[in-house]
Amino acid sequence: MILEIILVVVMLVAAVCAGIFKNLLNAVIAAGFVSFIAAILFFLLHAPDVAMAEASIGAALTVAIFIIALKKTKRHEDDEKDN
Amino acid sequence: MIYYTAAIGLIIIGLYIVLTKRNLIKVIIGLDLFETGIFILLVCAGYIKGGTAPIFSKAKVNPSMMVDPVPQALVLTAIVIGVATLALALSLAIRLYHHYGTLDLRKIKELKW
Amino acid sequence: MRKIISLVLLAILLTGIIFCLGKIPFGNTQSKVRRYYVNNGIKDTGATNIVTSVVLNYRGLDTLGEVTILFIAAIGLSAVLHWEEKRQKKQGRRSSLILYTGCRFLFPLIMLFGAYIFIHGHLTPGGGFQGGAIIASGFLLTMLGCWKWQGVNKIAFKVTESIAGIIFVVVGLLGLLYSGYFLANYLPKGLPNQLFSAGIIPIIYVAIGFKVGTELSGVLDNLIEEP
Repeated sequence: MILEIILVVVMLVAAVCAGIFKNLLNAVIAAGFVSFIAAILFFLLHAPDVAMAEASIGAALTVAIFIIALKKTKRHEDDEKDN
Repeated sequence: MIYYTAAIGLIIIGLYIVLTKRNLIKVIIGLDLFETGIFILLVCAGYIKGGTAPIFSKAKVNPSMMVDPVPQALVLTAIVIGVATLALALSLAIRLYHHYGTLDLRKIKELKW
Repeated sequence: MRKIISLVLLAILLTGIIFCLGKIPFGNTQSKVRRYYVNNGIKDTGATNIVTSVVLNYRGLDTLGEVTILFIAAIGLSAVLHWEEKRQKKQGRRSSLILYTGCRFLFPLIMLFGAYIFIHGHLTPGGGFQGGAIIASGFLLTMLGCWKWQGVNKIAFKVTESIAGIIFVVVGLLGLLYSGYFLANYLPKGLPNQLFSAGIIPIIYVAIGFKVGTELSGVLDNLIEEP
């Protein structure tokens, strides 16, 4: 019970951080961390197939695809005049 | 109960990032968070308190306490479709950057023909 | 302005979701379909992994739709990222000997692990999609770490992916010939917990494992290449 509460709080903090970070590489790593904790939550919900799929596809391949896309575009979110 | 909070929190945060951020790659990150929240919500719908995973590892496992396998099959499909959608969206973002030189959604919308 | 409107919308959505989810009790499903699938799963299909029997036997047409969506996304990606200029072969930075040898050593082990997962999909947790993702990450490792390797053989990947997709549909059509409906389970079911059991399910999972593995590797290769 206490393990689940700690995991969920850390996951929500990481999700908020993924929206706040200006350096896009940090935001992508935070999103991968959210996927990783979601895989642990799937295992605690007695779903091993889904946990394996989320860990291999969501936490590894998604972050790799994002980083390759970041290499071809800008890496830093520019903050111009706010509207 | 705590799992419902996790799922709803991820959905709300993901939708907020999609609605308000200006950088295209930030919007795609928000889409990824939103989808992960939906998956947790779907798998929670089939949970039974005190249940076990739906696999007959030995022949004498009691089948009456297994969790629901149908939402797990749906989420398995949805995860793979999510990564395919993400890859296609990122390829479109790369093409947009190559053409316009910026990834700011405001500037891309203003370039009218 | 945009933030205020979006916050109001999200607040409305949040009250709606909480109102609906409050009526669903957590951990107490009354589903009759679940009782039928769990009690009669082994008798109908022969696979001990009930999620596999739901994905490939009771809901096989949805899996065919999903494989089609993956195929369309991979084709769309390679069509969007098609650079018209001449592609010059840029030699990357040479990686050190330790990295190169380590990647070459790990690559067959990762392939073996991925193949184990999709071959035993009907006995243990796993299956075609997870095994295919592991194979794609093995190819990503060699793309990043081995500087002597000039890239994947694109034609071989496309041919493998297409043949695996065709095998899936042909097995389904043979089911239509033998038993009267598409994707019927017509091979003998065998004893549960053996490797050669559960009818057509291992064959389809091997085909899906090959298809997803080569498809995701092709997607990564398309993304890495320079214009």
